[in-house]
Amino acid sequence: MGSYISKIFGASPVGPIQDHMDTCYRCAKELVTFFEHVVSGDWDQVQASRDKIVELEQAADDFKRQIRAQLPKSLLMPVPREDLMELLLVQDRIANRARDVSGLVVGRRMELPAPIQKDFLSFVSRNVDAAKKARKSIRELDELYETGFRGAEAELVESLVHEMDQIEDDTDVMQAEIRTKLFAIENDLPPVDVMFLYRIIELTGDIADMAERIGRRLEVLLSH
Amino acid sequence: MEDQLVYLALAGLFGLFMAWGIGANDVANAMATSIGSGALTIRQALLVAAVFEFSGAVLAGGEVTSTIRRGIIDSSYVTGEPELLIFGMLAALLAAAVWLLIASRKGWPVSTTHSIVGAIVGFGAVALGTQAVAWGQVATIVASWVASPLTAGIIAFFVFNSIQWLILTREDPLERARRYAPLYVFVTVTLITLITLFKGLTHVGLTLTTLESYGVAIGCGAVVALIGRWFVMRIRVDKKADREFHFATVERVFAVLMVITACSMAFAHGSNDVANAIGPVAAVISVARTGLVEQASPVPIWILLLGGFGIVLGLGTFGRHVIATVGDRITALTPTRGFSAELAAAFTIVFASGTGMPVSTTHTLVGAVLGVGMARGITAINLGVVGRIFVSWIVTIPAGAALSILFFYVLRFLFG
Repeated sequence: MGSYISKIFGASPVGPIQDHMDTCYRCAKELVTFFEHVVSGDWDQVQASRDKIVELEQAADDFKRQIRAQLPKSLLMPVPREDLMELLLVQDRIANRARDVSGLVVGRRMELPAPIQKDFLSFVSRNVDAAKKARKSIRELDELYETGFRGAEAELVESLVHEMDQIEDDTDVMQAEIRTKLFAIENDLPPVDVMFLYRIIELTGDIADMAERIGRRLEVLLSH
Repeated sequence: MEDQLVYLALAGLFGLFMAWGIGANDVANAMATSIGSGALTIRQALLVAAVFEFSGAVLAGGEVTSTIRRGIIDSSYVTGEPELLIFGMLAALLAAAVWLLIASRKGWPVSTTHSIVGAIVGFGAVALGTQAVAWGQVATIVASWVASPLTAGIIAFFVFNSIQWLILTREDPLERARRYAPLYVFVTVTLITLITLFKGLTHVGLTLTTLESYGVAIGCGAVVALIGRWFVMRIRVDKKADREFHFATVERVFAVLMVITACSMAFAHGSNDVANAIGPVAAVISVARTGLVEQASPVPIWILLLGGFGIVLGLGTFGRHVIATVGDRITALTPTRGFSAELAAAFTIVFASGTGMPVSTTHTLVGAVLGVGMARGITAINLGVVGRIFVSWIVTIPAGAALSILFFYVLRFLFG
């Protein structure tokens, strides 16, 4: 015996999307610890931190797969399935960037040149700030569903997205400064190392870019 | 009519069986949304269902019972052989009950209404000839099966939009929820009472003028709204829950309103679905007692009582288990959504009952849920399952018809 009313409700993707974002944020946040250990030259700790990042990135992948599996095409949802998938992909890239950056550093045993160490650490944590803001706005997703993506709640999310944009602007400025400093000393460093340092700066800066793009995706959800 | 007592006993037995099946299985659809959203505990839901199903059956079940009893078969074709109608109605009843049992064991979505109507049309067309079926009436019934989910969907869409517009999208949703909640209660109770008074109550000996009906309905609405207001004002703000989900307290306000729509839903279900069980019983009894296929006598109230009793019995034996399983799975329907859907469905069903249309409670509720979904109220509705529910719309009719034709020949062989 049973009833069919209960079966017409698909599993809500909201909780898993929030869990996914939370995992991606924690993955990015670990980068701060990771680079602190890189600076202090404690390679056991660096490896431990790297392992944690890989673990979190895999956890995020598992959430991503789970969400995809529970969103078949035959669902009637307040927002298009494609927009949710796109949001998920952008969130996932935050974890991917953390994995790529830490992978490069560990793989090449890279060290940060002393003149840019301090700037780079604050650059990393500013990027993580952007990810944190993204997590905060994704935490409002259940409220957005409650209100039908309209009204006071939508305005709140708009303002969070605006804050995310500002943090991203900050990171752009910081990135330019670090590059200038690196340019000034690059002739004293092994050229291949310099190449990869630029690469790491770029990849780390992507985290704030992705956070900003999460904001864009949320605006798309709000515009429907 | 030498077998008169046997017919009466069989009719009573089959009717009780069918009502029991409806109570055990079908009521869960009406009540589960309230439990899923945390508005009622299982014990409370059983109590609400028992009281309101019963009163719905007795107070507002008369019109649909009449339709099932004598609206589908044109009995001028069986005046010469009243036994045929008795066999047919008994067969239809047994067919619908058996089909309901098989289907719910297999987990298929079936409608009790569609199976009983299919069963009656089936035996009528085969045993009495196609000209004995009142096709015009059947067409109206079938049209109401399309109209009822549609109507409920449209109402639910607008009710939910009004909740969004008045409460959810505002800066101060909680204060607004407290302010508007009694208004929603007032409208719900007044409308349902009004339809019941206009359409249903003559057979219990209560006749009111139009003005009196309005007075009573508005009075009932006002009283219940005041009670609702008292409960709503008592709700404390849960700061911790609100931090995690800003609308937690707002939803608890609507949980109070859902108690009222749950009562309405049980009432609506009783008013419509109980007729599926007792309509044929009423037909058999009136023929068996008089030996005549007369048209005009009213449905005896004790038959309505029998139907109400059967439903409560079903609730008591199996309903608890079914309601619990279903309720667990409907957490997606939060009180604001559940309220909108239940209000729309209850209103539509009570209205259909008043006009004598046997509609499907499940389909109407599904229509209402879709309406809330269209208003962007539900995170995910599985359209595949919705499709399967509406396919049962078509499959159930021939199934009921085939079984009832089979039982008809068996009964005629045994008694005829």
